[in-house]
Amino acid sequence: MAAPPKTREPEATESPTRRGMSRGFAVAVGAAGVILAALPFVGGEYYTGVFTEILIYAIFALSLGFLLGYPRLISLGHAAFFGGGAYAAGLVATRLEIANVLVTLAAAIVFAALLAVVIGLLSLRNTGIYFLMITLALSQLVYVVSVQWQGLTGGSDGLTGIPYPDFFGLFELDRLPFYYFVLALALGAYFFLRAVIGSPFGQALIGIGTNEARMRAIGYDVRSYKLVSFVISGAIAGGAGALWSYHTGLVAPGDLNWTWSATGLIMVIVGGSGTLVGPMLGAALVWFLDTGLGVYTERSTMITGAVFIIFVFFIRGGVVSVFRGIGRRINARSGA
Amino acid sequence: MEALLTNLLNGIAYSLLLFLLAAGLSLIFGMMDVINLAHGSFFMLGGFVGIGVLGLTGNWWVALIGATVVVGVIGVVSEVGLLRPLYDRGHLDQILLTFGLALILEDAAEWIWGTSPRSLPAPELFGSSVNLFGAIIPSYRLFVIVVGLTLAASLYYLLERTRVGAIIRAGVSNREMTSALGFNIPLVFAGVFVFGVTLAGFAGFVGAPILGVYPGLDFQVLILALIIVVIGGLGSLTGVFWVSLLVGLTQTFGQAYFPSSAAFLLYVIMALVLIVRPEGLFQRRYA
Repeated sequence: MAAPPKTREPEATESPTRRGMSRGFAVAVGAAGVILAALPFVGGEYYTGVFTEILIYAIFALSLGFLLGYPRLISLGHAAFFGGGAYAAGLVATRLEIANVLVTLAAAIVFAALLAVVIGLLSLRNTGIYFLMITLALSQLVYVVSVQWQGLTGGSDGLTGIPYPDFFGLFELDRLPFYYFVLALALGAYFFLRAVIGSPFGQALIGIGTNEARMRAIGYDVRSYKLVSFVISGAIAGGAGALWSYHTGLVAPGDLNWTWSATGLIMVIVGGSGTLVGPMLGAALVWFLDTGLGVYTERSTMITGAVFIIFVFFIRGGVVSVFRGIGRRINARSGA
Repeated sequence: MEALLTNLLNGIAYSLLLFLLAAGLSLIFGMMDVINLAHGSFFMLGGFVGIGVLGLTGNWWVALIGATVVVGVIGVVSEVGLLRPLYDRGHLDQILLTFGLALILEDAAEWIWGTSPRSLPAPELFGSSVNLFGAIIPSYRLFVIVVGLTLAASLYYLLERTRVGAIIRAGVSNREMTSALGFNIPLVFAGVFVFGVTLAGFAGFVGAPILGVYPGLDFQVLILALIIVVIGGLGSLTGVFWVSLLVGLTQTFGQAYFPSSAAFLLYVIMALVLIVRPEGLFQRRYA
């Protein structure tokens, strides 16, 4: 369920079935990882390219899904971290001519994290729709800076000629190695966030998302918890942005624009907010509607819109709820 | 001096268009707690449908009425068919639904009218320019200003001085209580939504000779309307009016005098307001 009505008590997050399902998800993600690792041997180069993109989308959606699903912070400014990371990696690679993946990726993550600290401090005093709008305003400021500061960012043309990263000059992470690198990072991000949510810190975040006033009354420093989760999320989005800049070889202001933030939100909602698997599945679906479908029809935008509406009415809870339903049916049949 | 006056009048005309757009969004937001991401689409459709009707009839005033009515009908269909079942759901579902609707409307417009920008002429009556204290002002801008101010005043009167307005204000401040008093809230919601959307379509048509019409205009004006509604304070018509002027004039003068930082200025204002006064500049009077 996306967002329960305010009056109803949300279902207990740690009910046994839910926990079982969650373990099921982790197994499913592991299995999907194995299948994706085998993909280059089965599919052609085209499909490795497709899944590289989908996996980068998935990392971005995962970072936002963490924020949306647990502390329930609806940000409409997440592109700032994605784009900020992409620019940081791109600048280090093109201006300093350092292609070492550890350096460029670290630059992206650190820069995005710092940006998240600043934006988080300014925005987290507000809640609900006001939080959504102030994250939008602040991220649009970053966007305008990227367009205007031509000397640094290349203005609306962006940065071009970003190379694939290498590993201490030993080998270059291009094409196939890059695909495995992205796959490993996507799995890493998933299992990392899963561990975060399972930890006492993550349980507190769930508590904040469920009933913020009660958590404050118990004595939790709610804003610090929110800020830390916001920074974790921003850092991961920044990493995804760096991967995107390696993959496409360029960074443009569009990577920072609010439409990309909105697309991220849509990925999470369509996939199923309140889970980590959902956003990744949503990312795959949105990639298909956005890029894949364009090959077959000129009216892909209209179909995308229709699919979103169908989800609202008929697939409440997103793609992940479909899988959950299947899982439940299998469980019921085996008598578990 | 003349340039200043020209910019000022252009800015006011533009601000009033923004007001007509944002007023509906604010009422829908304040009363129904619905984030309508398709609101800009209705503005864009007003222009496109108007161009279509003008092509068929050749009469600008018929096109104005036609565009407004057609957009209103699309509003009724959207409310009854899509939005009504969703009032009890959270914001996320509303975002997804109205974003989907916006995509469909944009692509439909692109399908019917193509991707290249279209222009709509001003009516013959206001085709000329007038000399005002040495500044040459297209008389159509003055027409927009008069229409905008008249509508703003009527809206204010409607909301503040009539029975319907009182019910709407009551709904904004406490939906459940108003419903308990026996007012048909779903009907009021539908009325407010369709009214707001029709106003957007009207503004889209009237604004077309100034702004042009093209796919992408929908999201461009949506973001401005969202900014105005949030800075002004949700559900506050007075707030929307003054902030529309603030945003419209900031943009017009910004583009005239600091073209490189006009957009920057707008977001700085929004960020500052939200940091200092999270509830917006004009708090809801009936909260």
